[in-house]
Amino acid sequence: MRGRNRQVLIGGLVILASIGYLVWTGTQQALVYFYTPSEIQAREVGRTGRRIRLGGLVVEGSLTHAPDTLTYMFQLTDGGARIPVRFKGIPPDLFKEGTGAIVEGQIGADGVFDADLIMAKHNEEYRPPSGDRPSPQELYRSLIKRERS
Amino acid sequence: MDRLGVTLGLGAGALVVAGLWMGLVQAPPDAVQGEVQRIMYLHVPSILTAYLAFTVVLVCSIGYLVRGTRGWDRLAHASAEVGVVFTAITLFTGAIWGKPTWGVWWTWDARLTGTAVLFLVYLGYLMLRSVVEDQDRAGRYAAVVGILGFFDMIFTHMAVKWFRTLHQPSSLERGTIDEAFTLPLAVNLVAFLLLYATFMAGRVRLAALDEAVEARDLGG
Repeated sequence: MRGRNRQVLIGGLVILASIGYLVWTGTQQALVYFYTPSEIQAREVGRTGRRIRLGGLVVEGSLTHAPDTLTYMFQLTDGGARIPVRFKGIPPDLFKEGTGAIVEGQIGADGVFDADLIMAKHNEEYRPPSGDRPSPQELYRSLIKRERS
Repeated sequence: MDRLGVTLGLGAGALVVAGLWMGLVQAPPDAVQGEVQRIMYLHVPSILTAYLAFTVVLVCSIGYLVRGTRGWDRLAHASAEVGVVFTAITLFTGAIWGKPTWGVWWTWDARLTGTAVLFLVYLGYLMLRSVVEDQDRAGRYAAVVGILGFFDMIFTHMAVKWFRTLHQPSSLERGTIDEAFTLPLAVNLVAFLLLYATFMAGRVRLAALDEAVEARDLGG
């Protein structure tokens, strides 16, 4: 019995070592989930045409939306570099200036990041709305009232 | 079910109802995310309960490898089963939460990938048990998986600190949850922990009965 237990333990340690090795080598790249604007500007990554993720804060005042189209233009920053992004589609509700976003796509020939997916990155703070704005329930009630009158 | 299971089940049921009411009705919505943030009251307690479940698997797996008595193995087996259920709840509520906030149901960042692996490892643990016929051998093999899986749990929990992820860091560790949300969250957590205890009581008892039936069949 004790011999068997030892065998199982040794086998387990071998499996553990191989899983550790696989995780370390195989996911070195995958663990860099997105690149920062600085990394892209330094030309470390993201040669044109390669599909990558870029993450940063949406620069205040940079978000523009061409009327009658689904095209959005904005810049992402990490405090240092700024990368212009072009996106065609419907961004998530939480996507706005001054908040975090991760985009998927590639750098076009004109140096603008062509994104086909925006993911809004929210932070870990949770707090109730401050009193100056009506709650969704109040908004809803006011909507119904207006329709009745 | 025995007396302990019934008592735990009634307590868990009452707290689940109270917790859901507090979380879904009484607590205010979130300033940024609005009503959808209420998924937190299921998402966070379920993964914390899964963490507890897999920690119990770790301890009982080591206990079984060292002592070799059936009781340790039964506890580890039961806890792995319950842990898989709570991990599944975490993955489902996370996807439902991700779509309206992040804009995607799923993405392969380190936290989400780690959680998916966690689910698969303990699913594998249960499959391994059902494949190996001999009970003691199945227990020993499973114990090794149960110990290894714990490392993925640590990896998954730390992923938001170690790597760049879409998933935000732990609000609980950073203390960034407003007071208005903490009591509903705490009630839901206790409710889920009681639910875990209820499932464990039932599952361990069932395993013991199973083994007793098998021993009688073999004897007769």
